[in-house]
Amino acid sequence: VNQVPDIYRILPEVILTLTGVAVMFIDASLPPGLPRRPLGWVAAVGTTVALWASLWQLSLPQGTGFFSTVETSAFTIFFHVLICGIVLVALLLSLDTLPEGSHHQGEFYALVVFGAVGMCLLTGAVELLVVFIALEISSISTYILAGYRKNTGRGPEAAIKYFLLGSFATAFLLYGIALIFGATGTTQIYEVAHLAPTAQNHSFVLAGLALMLVGILFKVSAAPFHIWTPDVYEGAPAPVVALLSTAPKAAAFALLLRVVYEMFPSLHAIWSPLLWIVAVLSMTVGNLAALRQENAKRMLAYSSIAHAGYLLAAFAGLGTSGIAAASFYIAAYAAMNVGIFAVITLVSGYDERLPMIDDFRGLIYRSPLLGGLLIFFLASLVGIPFTGGFFGKFYSFSAAVDGGAIALAIIGLLNSGLAAAYYLRVALVAAQRSPGKSAEETAAAPRVGVAVGAALFFAVAATLILGIAPGEVLRAAEAGAHTLQAPSAQATNPGLSVAQQPNP
Amino acid sequence: VNAINNSILTWIMLVPLAGAVLVTLVPDRAKLPNWIALLTALVSFGLTLHLPAHFVLGQSGFQFVINIPWIENPAIFYHVGVDGLSLWLVVLTGLLAPIGVIASWNAITERRKVFFVLFLIQQTAMFGVFISLDLMLYYAFWELSLVPMAILIAMYGRKDGPRAALKFFLFTFIPSAPLLVAILWLYAKTGSFDFITLQILIAHGNFPAGAIYLVALAFLVAFAVKVPVFPLHGWLADTFSEAPVAMAMVVAGKLGLYSMLRFHIGLFPAQAQAVAPWMIALAVIGILYSACLALVQRDFWRLLAFAAISHLSLITLGIYGFTFTGSAGAVYQILNHGVVDGALFLLLGFLYDRYATSQIADYGGVAAKLPRAAALFVIASLAMIGLPMLNNFVGEFLILSSTFTGVSRGWAIAASLGVILGAAYMLWLIQRIFYGPESELTRSTPARDLQFKELAVLMPLAVLMLLMGLIPSLWLRSIETGFHPSSPQARTVDTHFVAQGGQR
Repeated sequence: VNQVPDIYRILPEVILTLTGVAVMFIDASLPPGLPRRPLGWVAAVGTTVALWASLWQLSLPQGTGFFSTVETSAFTIFFHVLICGIVLVALLLSLDTLPEGSHHQGEFYALVVFGAVGMCLLTGAVELLVVFIALEISSISTYILAGYRKNTGRGPEAAIKYFLLGSFATAFLLYGIALIFGATGTTQIYEVAHLAPTAQNHSFVLAGLALMLVGILFKVSAAPFHIWTPDVYEGAPAPVVALLSTAPKAAAFALLLRVVYEMFPSLHAIWSPLLWIVAVLSMTVGNLAALRQENAKRMLAYSSIAHAGYLLAAFAGLGTSGIAAASFYIAAYAAMNVGIFAVITLVSGYDERLPMIDDFRGLIYRSPLLGGLLIFFLASLVGIPFTGGFFGKFYSFSAAVDGGAIALAIIGLLNSGLAAAYYLRVALVAAQRSPGKSAEETAAAPRVGVAVGAALFFAVAATLILGIAPGEVLRAAEAGAHTLQAPSAQATNPGLSVAQQPNP
Repeated sequence: VNAINNSILTWIMLVPLAGAVLVTLVPDRAKLPNWIALLTALVSFGLTLHLPAHFVLGQSGFQFVINIPWIENPAIFYHVGVDGLSLWLVVLTGLLAPIGVIASWNAITERRKVFFVLFLIQQTAMFGVFISLDLMLYYAFWELSLVPMAILIAMYGRKDGPRAALKFFLFTFIPSAPLLVAILWLYAKTGSFDFITLQILIAHGNFPAGAIYLVALAFLVAFAVKVPVFPLHGWLADTFSEAPVAMAMVVAGKLGLYSMLRFHIGLFPAQAQAVAPWMIALAVIGILYSACLALVQRDFWRLLAFAAISHLSLITLGIYGFTFTGSAGAVYQILNHGVVDGALFLLLGFLYDRYATSQIADYGGVAAKLPRAAALFVIASLAMIGLPMLNNFVGEFLILSSTFTGVSRGWAIAASLGVILGAAYMLWLIQRIFYGPESELTRSTPARDLQFKELAVLMPLAVLMLLMGLIPSLWLRSIETGFHPSSPQARTVDTHFVAQGGQR
């Protein structure tokens, strides 16, 4: 019945894998003295091709391949494009900032690309074991990348923390999968969705769901599973954090959407209040902790926890509107977060000479371009209109209001008022004149290379487009939301998508 | 002309933005940014003059309307238009732009590009607030108007800019969170952000009474902070004493008051009437309390800030008196306040440029050195006090007389005390700064009297004070159109007024 060759269903993953292997082989066969920087361009080109391949998949009919283990649909393509885009920007960012020589550059690019394979596969998998494998592929790469600054104490510390807690969380996920298999006799997501409501051992299903949620919420760094985030972000190199704080989270959120909306729509009454609590906890804990940070990366780590909370608010929405809002938020969050980490990478440098918020003092005078971009991305994180952050919050909270969670929306918006305080603090520091030591700082004014320039341009363009003309992306997210719901054939709901009425 | 009428509002809004882009592109040399900003401001002021020239008197409803879809889902429309209420506010905003640019001509010496870019973006945001008829569009501009102001306070603050900027931002950003939730709630219930549609739907009252009351309250609080109404005025004094003259001059008061009239009373007449007694009480307390505080200030920026709160509270009194005369008088008084307060700001700014202190006690006998400045200051102060033949007299008289006949004699008498206190603190200020024995500072600092540029910005304002005092009908005729019984805006005002047995 399925006429599409299976290989087309995972074409982006195949291309990424080939790119990664090629990068590793070339790296190994080059004499040690040669610069490894061109390998970064190879990886970037490969990622671009994978991005086009994902877009090309739109021409495929929706369906599954490899014995119903991977799916291509508007939903998977949305996340493939998003993840490939993030990885591309992160690669461009690393190209100009990774120090030559001592660091294993070739491996670095290969690991980034292999990580992308896992993340892409994670969004397309509809079989829990493939989900697990994909998660491992992406996690192992990111564990190594997190510890890439081997010569400092913080690098290995970050990697070990991330690895130990991460594998612990993956064990939870795996245990959850096992329980679900025990209750339903299958690990195929559609079949689980079909069998779960009538499963003999209902408590196994519930326990399985809970354990899987723990595993996934760890990956998206939602409170109370967020403890690792600040340490890892502080220890990992900034270009890696740009990737780490966005792409794996996008993949994990895609998985979360799939688990709750596609696999367990029947347990809505169970997971909805759970996610409500996690959302409120994440925003509040994240924002309160961020207020007190002095290190820019730690502050952004807590801010990313808060953003996970805003995003989870969308899960209070019903069906399509909730999924579309969450997908859109991930895209907006990724654009602005990659952007701000790009700026931080340039200012602090790979070796982090200037990691503290105070080191950004007078940035706008040292480098008007970087200062302006920093303020722009901060404005987007605050949620100022005409930036992606605004519509992200807007869709997320309107999904919540639609779903009847008005209290959640109000808590969320009050939280974004609180968040404005610490974002603004950085913006104000950047706009403040620094007393003395100007010569030293002028010397430290960072140069913006071609690759980084392109990375910044993509991030700014994406943030602006999402803020001024979000229609196209939202339509794609909605199309994805519909395909995600299709197999379980839920009743359509009067959410965002129907709310549009003729304007007199 | 028809073609111009159909696009004029877009042009008014876009011209400052285009100017801002242009300023970023030119080199900061030979006052080039200043000239571009001035040219842009003059062009946009010229364009705003088109509105009163082609405004059809006696025609109810909105004119120069543009209504095209902006974002499909949620249904956000680019719906703009002006009526008698907003017409002159747009013109006032246009007028203050070139004046603000010239006032900053010599005062802003560093980073002129940043200053003028943000100043022009602020203009766009303010035009946007006054002409938006779609709640989401309105909210977007409302939020946007905070950002340039906050950054400029931080960058150009006189003593502790960043702290004042943070205070300003949080005070005005946090209450807009409930405002957004309220707007989203309305959208979830009605599927529309359109002002006119919502007005009709709310008038037909198919909403739960308790919920709509809270929604109206969320609108009110957001606006009351911006005005500011006692006891939410904590940010204003700091903002006035830190902000660059041009910025403080353009933002003071009018955004919040306009929003109250349009979106609180306009959308929720019944709910607004329910809180009107409270608002009247708060307004009168605000008038007296801040007038008393103004009497004891030692810093002239703070004195001006409390004077402004006192006058803005009087306008609030006019708005919530729910009388036809009071409402028209309130709008007229917003214009007067913009002109008079603008002139006082400019004059104090010129003094500050010369003597670099805002402590009143340091001054004395300045009139002998700067006779022109003294004369203009006296004129502006007399206008502020409400001397007949000058503009404030008309507005204050309309508000106080309508309060006396239509609301309550007690409140009217109490509010009139504020006018007397106003005379006291302004005349005392004049006496302390301009007359009396020459102080150490005035003797030792060489200072020239007002120069051509300074006179060029002050003279038009002085002429306006006289004109608006002598022939108020020029303005009041079109303002009253906004409250014409047949216009939806004023239907509510009128029915209430008739119900009370009052007469026009």
